Amino acid sequence: MTRLVQKHAWVLGLLVLLIALLGITKLIQPSFGATGLESLARAALPFAFATAAMAIVVIVGGIDLSIASMMAVCGVTAAVLMQSMGAVPAIVITLCIGTAMGAINGALIVITKVPDIVVTLAMLFVWEGVALLILSTPGGNVTEAMQGIIGGSILPGLPMALVVMAVAIAAVWMPVRRSKIGLSIYAVGSDELAAFRSGVSVGWTKVAAYALCGVLAAMGGMSLIMLTGIGEPVPGPYLLASVAAVVLGGVVLGGGRGGLLGPIIAVFILRIIRTILTLAAVDPNVTTIVEGVIMVAVVMLGAIVTYRGVRA
Amino acid sequence: MSIHPEQTAASDPRLVRFGRYLADNPVIPLIAFLFFLISLLEVMRPGIVLPFLGGREGIISTFWVGNLIKFAIPLAMIAACQVLTMLTAGIDLSAGIVATCSAFVCATLMPLIGPVPAVLIAMAVGVVVGLVNGFGVGVVRVHPLIMTLGTGLIATGCLQVYQRFVIATGTEIPAFLEWLGTGRTFAMPNGLFLFIPFAIFIIWLMRATGFGRLLFALGSNEHAAKLSGVRSWQVFLALYALSGLIASVAGLLYLGMIRAPSLSLANPLMLPSVAAAVIGGTSIFGGRGSFAGAIVGALILRVIDTMLTLLQMPEGARIALFGLIILLVTALYVRITGTR
Repeated sequence: MTRLVQKHAWVLGLLVLLIALLGITKLIQPSFGATGLESLARAALPFAFATAAMAIVVIVGGIDLSIASMMAVCGVTAAVLMQSMGAVPAIVITLCIGTAMGAINGALIVITKVPDIVVTLAMLFVWEGVALLILSTPGGNVTEAMQGIIGGSILPGLPMALVVMAVAIAAVWMPVRRSKIGLSIYAVGSDELAAFRSGVSVGWTKVAAYALCGVLAAMGGMSLIMLTGIGEPVPGPYLLASVAAVVLGGVVLGGGRGGLLGPIIAVFILRIIRTILTLAAVDPNVTTIVEGVIMVAVVMLGAIVTYRGVRA
Repeated sequence: MSIHPEQTAASDPRLVRFGRYLADNPVIPLIAFLFFLISLLEVMRPGIVLPFLGGREGIISTFWVGNLIKFAIPLAMIAACQVLTMLTAGIDLSAGIVATCSAFVCATLMPLIGPVPAVLIAMAVGVVVGLVNGFGVGVVRVHPLIMTLGTGLIATGCLQVYQRFVIATGTEIPAFLEWLGTGRTFAMPNGLFLFIPFAIFIIWLMRATGFGRLLFALGSNEHAAKLSGVRSWQVFLALYALSGLIASVAGLLYLGMIRAPSLSLANPLMLPSVAAAVIGGTSIFGGRGSFAGAIVGALILRVIDTMLTLLQMPEGARIALFGLIILLVTALYVRITGTR
């Protein structure tokens, strides 16, 4: 038991922090209840998918700056497809496109040997351009049924959006985590050369990790149009938010360590801070500043903790 | 040590030597590539660069060359932030926002307190953001990518709040910034009066000063540099403060050029500045880089921009092609020189 606690100390700490923040919210706004939780979970949905996507590539030792653009491409694709076909084929096609985009990112990194950060920076432009080519102004539509999926609660206190998110991310990540490819992802992230010499196919592992990132980005893009009901070709503010949540969630930049649970809890922490500030009637612009300061402060704290750990 | 795959691939010794030569002198192939792009542009639209081919007077269109240089200057200045920070394996993603902030602050304070104090305060804004970055990177040891993204976000928020206090005062642009940004001397943009000393200063700083050597040392092997007695946090603090100052000066110049302050004035320069530095042969992993390369990189990006505008492509295709070209150029560069 103690070992389990020690191993997951960071995630448990985040969980305690999240619960404390929920308590503070309840104190500020005594009427905060099921509906509040529902809107919180809905607002966190695209951030959670973006963060999960980012976490996988960070674990493999890379970083994907093009996540927000891929989400935009998937969002507009789904919105356009839903005008002419049912929701299910549109979702399947969008997921395939997301996987393909991620795989292209990964393949380009492996083939060109250009650093991840540069390749995905270039692909950020490419995908943003593709999104604009698909739909030059916000448009398309989203079927009512699909928007209905993420509304309401299954049980009191268990929002539907939270369940959708947990099921979707688990469906992608659990089979991977439990199989050889998951092990390879961690191996390549912690030491590429050692992994290569142990017989791990480094190139394919990277492509697979980026493809997984693409799948999750596609889910993020679709959750975005479920929220707004319209396809929006301009990338949203998901890059910094996802990097901050990944770091706050205990995934080490450089790869090899961390999981997906921590980053997703971190997303909710960052979102609930925004809710608290809104409830406290803080000016939305000031909220942006406070949010940024908190993100930076948390990341600084994390850096101090890891740095002390390394030196000790 | 096992033999690296790249070394076996390029077995021809002459090719290896050529690759090494290019790796040591990244500016030479870049200039060749720049001229290749310009001649491609000339083929696409005869007479744009060499008017006599289009049936007009003059051998070289000084207007076109001047324009190219004029729009490359702010990009090259912000690329200087990236080159300097990348030398230590960092990056400054707040540079674009810092440039916007200083331009906006300068334009809004100008009617209230006059040009010189306004410019000084605008530059102080850049230094303050830079010091925060330097504190985060050097003292607290946050990854530069995250630290500068975060300060950029905070700065954007501050700018939005600040904007509401000054919304009534109106904006005005100092005359000498307008002269620097839009004026021309002998058909060349006046911005060169600022940029040439600036470029000489940066190259001198990187090549001939102790500070420059410290940057290279920290980027090559931070641990070794520390063991040799380098106080890394002081270097980082100075480096990021300098980067913020450069970004704010670039923002002021850009303000004089565009003459319409807005809340996202210089933000579109941000990602191209990284591209310019990378194309110019600066390694994102630290320890290697040149500002001369970044200047050529900025020129290359501007020529590509012109080409895509000439082709009259839809906005989306232009952005996508821009990204593909950045990728292609860096991939070619990595392939030829065999370095990252």
